[in-house]
Amino acid sequence: MNSSIELKEQFLKQFQSFENTLNGEKELPLHQIRKDAIEKFSTLNFPSIKDEEWKYTNINPLLSKTFKPADSIPEVDPEFINKYLFDKKEFITLVFVNGYFSKEFSEIDSLPKGLILETISEAIKKHPDLVLNYFSKYVSTEKNIFTALNTAFADHGTFVFVEEDAIIEKPIQILYVTKADDIFVSPRNLFLVSKNTQVKIIETYAGFGERTYFTNQVTEFVINDNAVVEHVRIQDEQLNAFHISTLSVDLEKSSNFSSYNINFGGSFVRNNVNAKFNGGFAECRLNGLYVTEGTQFIDNHTSIDHAKPNCLSNELYKGILNDTSRGVFNGKVFVRQDAQKTNAYQQNKNILLSNDALVNTKPQLEIFADDVKCSHGATVGQLDKDQLFYLKARGIQEKEAKAILIYAFASDVVHSISMLQVRDHLEALLAKKLL
Amino acid sequence: MIEIKNLHANIDGREILKGINLTVNKGEVHAIMGPNGSGKSTLAQVITGREDYEVTQGEVFFNGKNLLELSTEARACEGIFLAFQYPVEIPGVSNTTLLKNALNSIRKYRGEEELDAMEFLTLVKKKMSLVELSEDLLRRSVNEGFSGGEKKRNEIFQMAVLQPKLAILDETDSGLDIDALRIVANGVTKLKSPENATIVVTHYQRLLNYIIPDFVHVLYNGKIIKSGDKSLALELENKGYDWVIEEAAELV
Repeated sequence: MNSSIELKEQFLKQFQSFENTLNGEKELPLHQIRKDAIEKFSTLNFPSIKDEEWKYTNINPLLSKTFKPADSIPEVDPEFINKYLFDKKEFITLVFVNGYFSKEFSEIDSLPKGLILETISEAIKKHPDLVLNYFSKYVSTEKNIFTALNTAFADHGTFVFVEEDAIIEKPIQILYVTKADDIFVSPRNLFLVSKNTQVKIIETYAGFGERTYFTNQVTEFVINDNAVVEHVRIQDEQLNAFHISTLSVDLEKSSNFSSYNINFGGSFVRNNVNAKFNGGFAECRLNGLYVTEGTQFIDNHTSIDHAKPNCLSNELYKGILNDTSRGVFNGKVFVRQDAQKTNAYQQNKNILLSNDALVNTKPQLEIFADDVKCSHGATVGQLDKDQLFYLKARGIQEKEAKAILIYAFASDVVHSISMLQVRDHLEALLAKKLL
Repeated sequence: MIEIKNLHANIDGREILKGINLTVNKGEVHAIMGPNGSGKSTLAQVITGREDYEVTQGEVFFNGKNLLELSTEARACEGIFLAFQYPVEIPGVSNTTLLKNALNSIRKYRGEEELDAMEFLTLVKKKMSLVELSEDLLRRSVNEGFSGGEKKRNEIFQMAVLQPKLAILDETDSGLDIDALRIVANGVTKLKSPENATIVVTHYQRLLNYIIPDFVHVLYNGKIIKSGDKSLALELENKGYDWVIEEAAELV
């Protein structure tokens, strides 16, 4: 077992070797950001359960492992990749293996007008001013050690820029696949969406192989006036993987953001979703689903900051927990003094399928304005006995009857996804996980 | 078809059924009547296999099989169908999902081929007309937002699709206006055949104007205290239950 200090030393040493592989890139402005981040990283401590934000989330299992940076693309079975990909004729497809962009599996020729789509490292070289204007401005390397670590190793990831007035009909799918080989990967995304646009982005995280790995991921999302954005995040990592992510969303005036944060995989998972209204009349929908079994641990921390008036947020997170698995939900909604006419609704609902499954749920509402409509609530329960009896009395086997009810419970999280293929895919993953 | 011998059942330690004896043969319609709280619905639930009830004594055979040893779902697959007094709402589960799973589970149990989507749809559409339900019901969640009458019609529709050997209608007439009652009764009558049987649990006689019973039983305080033909139902309607209860008391 490492101590938290030893793990830090390890990452610091690995940063030096990483730096040595960069050669000429060391002079680029991105590298200064990385160096600042590793500096921050070295002064921060890994969180313990004494930290309020990590009260139910013990990261010791992570500290006990040793990870090295991924340094090459491994061989990967195309069938495994295809399992996660949508129709390439209807989706723009980017695939990364161990953090490296895979031209072979991707399909980004003939991009629609108004869309710039590149790997983040390419984008920084080609459009340094545009990228550096936003990069690392919406997340905090000062406070979050994992964000600092991701930023220090930021090399792989996706840059999306939607130009003003562009309607991107084809959804963009980004698949990050990792070989479980005691490595860590640091995918880093920057999505910039200009005024009066529409775009749909799906991120998928998956892994294969026998050993373990650590995905430490950060996405910054800037959504400008009147833009309409749908974002689906599918986390289906290996059951022995570690996964920590931060999604930070900036919502400008009259923008509309729908998020679907779907979690099936991982042995230890922590997702942070932070949305902030920086303009009025905007809408934000945060939907989440976590389905756990065995000894899985999945923690979702969300925050919505109503900094401006007349905005709507609607949050629905649902959990289905089996065996001895554990879930954590922590949802904060801040309504600031100026944010009059705010509508904020938040719900967390859980079903425990076994006596040993556990969920810690904490919805929090902090309201400083006086003319608002807000509600929040959390439930933890079992399957409804009367519904189960009804299905069985019609001849449906107990196992199927349970699956039908669980499926019904979960499906209202995904049913508002506009992309039929994505919905079908999630339904299939859900069925596989439940049956 | 079904043979119930000296059946006793408890809920939460309280005895509700106190020795029921009843035999129903193929092609027969039996009505079970009785005042509130006499155990009618309990009998229906115990036959279906509701786990909240504990059978403390007695036997139930269904086509020669010991019913009490079978799970609820196995009983349904053997051909027992309960039309619920209070059909439960199941948000998120469409009627199609329910029926397709139920039908194919029953077919599988009987060693028959499962129906494909087309065959299923053809069957279902044919049966819908029987209870005058519209097709958009199929996509709707089970009983969610249904009126009382729609819920009861949906029960009979499910019965039509699943084609049970023994149908138990638990207070199917309660809460129905006369038009809905006619539709429901008409559906049940059309489904009657020499090969199946029906038990109608009710506390009013009016459903029996439409579904003519071969036998009428009065259930009181957990026991069948009187049996007769359809004229008994009319007598009960005119004179109430008190005379039967007094008659039974005198016999003891």
